Amino acid sequence: MNEIVLYSVLSIGGLGTLMAIVLYIVAQRFKVIEDPRIDTVEERLPGANCGGCGYAGCRNFAEEIVKAGSLDGFNCPPGGSETMKEIADALGLEAEEQEPMVAVVRCSGSLEAAPPKTRFEGLNTCAFAHSLYAGRSGCPYGCLGEGDCVVSCAFDAMYMDKDTGLPVIIEENCVACGACVKACPRDIIELRKKGKKSRRIFVSCINKEKGGVARKNCKVACIGCGKCVKECKFDAITLEDNLAYIDFNKCTLCRKCPPVCPTGAIHEVNLPPRKVKEKKEEDSKEA
Amino acid sequence: MKTFKLGGVHPPENKFSEKQPVEILPVPESVSIPLAQHLGVPANPVVKKGDKVKTGQLIAKGEAFISANIHSSVTGTVTKIDDVIDTSGYRKKAIIIKTEEDEWDGSIDTSDNLIKECNLSREDIVKKINEMGIVGMGGAAFPSHVKLMVPKGKKAEYFLINGVECEPYLTADHRLMLEKGEELMVGITIQMKALGVDKAIIGIENNKPDAIEYIGKLAQEYKGISVEPLKIKYPQGAEKQLIKALINREVPSGKLPIEVGCVVHNVGTAFAVYEAVQKNKPLIERIITVTGSNIEKPCNLMVRIGSPVAALIEVAGGLPDNPGKVISGGPMMGKALNDLDVPVTKGTSGILVFSKKQSGRVPEITCIRCGKCVNTCPMALEPFFLALLVDKQRFEDCEENMIMDCMECGSCHFVCPSGRPLLDSIRVGKSNVGKMIRERSDK
Repeated sequence: MNEIVLYSVLSIGGLGTLMAIVLYIVAQRFKVIEDPRIDTVEERLPGANCGGCGYAGCRNFAEEIVKAGSLDGFNCPPGGSETMKEIADALGLEAEEQEPMVAVVRCSGSLEAAPPKTRFEGLNTCAFAHSLYAGRSGCPYGCLGEGDCVVSCAFDAMYMDKDTGLPVIIEENCVACGACVKACPRDIIELRKKGKKSRRIFVSCINKEKGGVARKNCKVACIGCGKCVKECKFDAITLEDNLAYIDFNKCTLCRKCPPVCPTGAIHEVNLPPRKVKEKKEEDSKEA
Repeated sequence: MKTFKLGGVHPPENKFSEKQPVEILPVPESVSIPLAQHLGVPANPVVKKGDKVKTGQLIAKGEAFISANIHSSVTGTVTKIDDVIDTSGYRKKAIIIKTEEDEWDGSIDTSDNLIKECNLSREDIVKKINEMGIVGMGGAAFPSHVKLMVPKGKKAEYFLINGVECEPYLTADHRLMLEKGEELMVGITIQMKALGVDKAIIGIENNKPDAIEYIGKLAQEYKGISVEPLKIKYPQGAEKQLIKALINREVPSGKLPIEVGCVVHNVGTAFAVYEAVQKNKPLIERIITVTGSNIEKPCNLMVRIGSPVAALIEVAGGLPDNPGKVISGGPMMGKALNDLDVPVTKGTSGILVFSKKQSGRVPEITCIRCGKCVNTCPMALEPFFLALLVDKQRFEDCEENMIMDCMECGSCHFVCPSGRPLLDSIRVGKSNVGKMIRERSDK
């Protein structure tokens, strides 16, 4: 009995030692030398693997930073400037100040403004609907309302509004990773500068059809009239293919353009209510 | 009786209009003729606003290799060249012509005389077909001259003619075979000459016994042409399935029928070739079936290209109460329209009107792994698996699993007991894989 125990302990123990030696030699022979700085960078990243930086996950982003040896052109949208500064400090590099961005839905073709003419049945994804037909309202540029963007959002920053049939972005949660921009087959969502106190003015339409055609399908479409372009003193608005676009780097939030838009396609976000407008409303109430 | 082996389905036939002789649709007040009626490059207009055009006059030139000429289908004045809604609701360039009294271009023979003799050389026949803007009339509207030019190093042995009409409801080809049999035969001999083949087989499904008998009798007078009755099975009218059924050869994945020595044309195309070569008449009208179970008067109409769909439905008794869907093409592969002013193109084979009840889809539930879609797929694919891969965005794996072989016949969706939109997913996958392949070849 004792002998059996002894032999098994010896043989298994011996085998174990032998294997350990082999493993040690192999490990020494095929050692992968990795820059410890990659781990340093990765530790400081949010770890969401959202792909907003343009690389395949946080690890890959860290590797690329270390490889490049500078932070030029690198940005982690969810982490923002803080994270980039931390990385810069850890690596002894300089970080550029990054302007915070936010995703913006550039379509206001709600069920009311752009009444659906057709009923869609089939695979409920925008990718399929886009390949199949022009859309419920007939606008070939507008939101298809199947919510591919909401599915793509990893930060719970989007939801579909059932009343309007359009996606809504929850600004507090949005980290501007750009996943929704890629998911939208019609490029409706754009990343824009968040701005001070998240105040923004933008054209909420991307329809490039002629004014009359666009208007037929949607009451709030940009008809390319050019009134806003004339109103803008800062050359921030350009008109191309019957569509106005506001450059967020040039826009000073002077608020001259929204009132002149005949269809109300220019939206103001988080700006205080207009004093003049209030007066007018009061007037009308009194009358 | 022959048929293809793998997969296939048997949807209810509902050929309501098979006994209705072809009527001529009155020329509408205005037509809009799209410049892009098929895959490939759109044609370039050669007329401008205000020009007077005669019926059969060239109005747009197809300059690229895969492109076809477009001719005016009416006499009148070009009012504008503008964007017009196409079958999917997107706006595409079209020539809009306001019609006047019909006056045919002088070079066209409008008589009914049958001309059997054709003295043109092979090259001249193909050139003529190209000039007259003939495209495949089966649905995809692929330019016919491209098919008739056999690439170097390949040899055509068989010329196969598709008189299968496997889509339910449609009867346009059936009526054509019964009413224009002689012309059809001459058209086939002309194309045999162009291809340099001596064997032609006409495949007809045996739900058309009158056509099989009539065409069979005619074929005895023509050398090399034979008629083959086929068992009813959808999608027998697909090129690769028809080749398999008629001569038992399999076209390799991603290759064209010429690889196995075949060229396949639709009966409608053969008739159009006859008219183009013998009568000098370009492709400006075609037979379209207008049908549906609540349509008052299902019929087959000879329609000028560019007529609005609404005019066709009007002749068939108008839209029934509570219409659910209007489909351009057959019920299996056709496209639902979102506007009735959409013009008829060279590839429109039918207009179907379905009630709400008929057109609704069954609610989608989870896949139960019954494997029906796998058994049904005529291309030996695994539709459930492909759909899953597409949902997970694994497009490289889709390509590996031969997603591009899918011809979108819809059999998998038709048999799925869970009502899963398999074909919808596969279409998304195909467009993504197609994009991937193009990007790779651009590099």
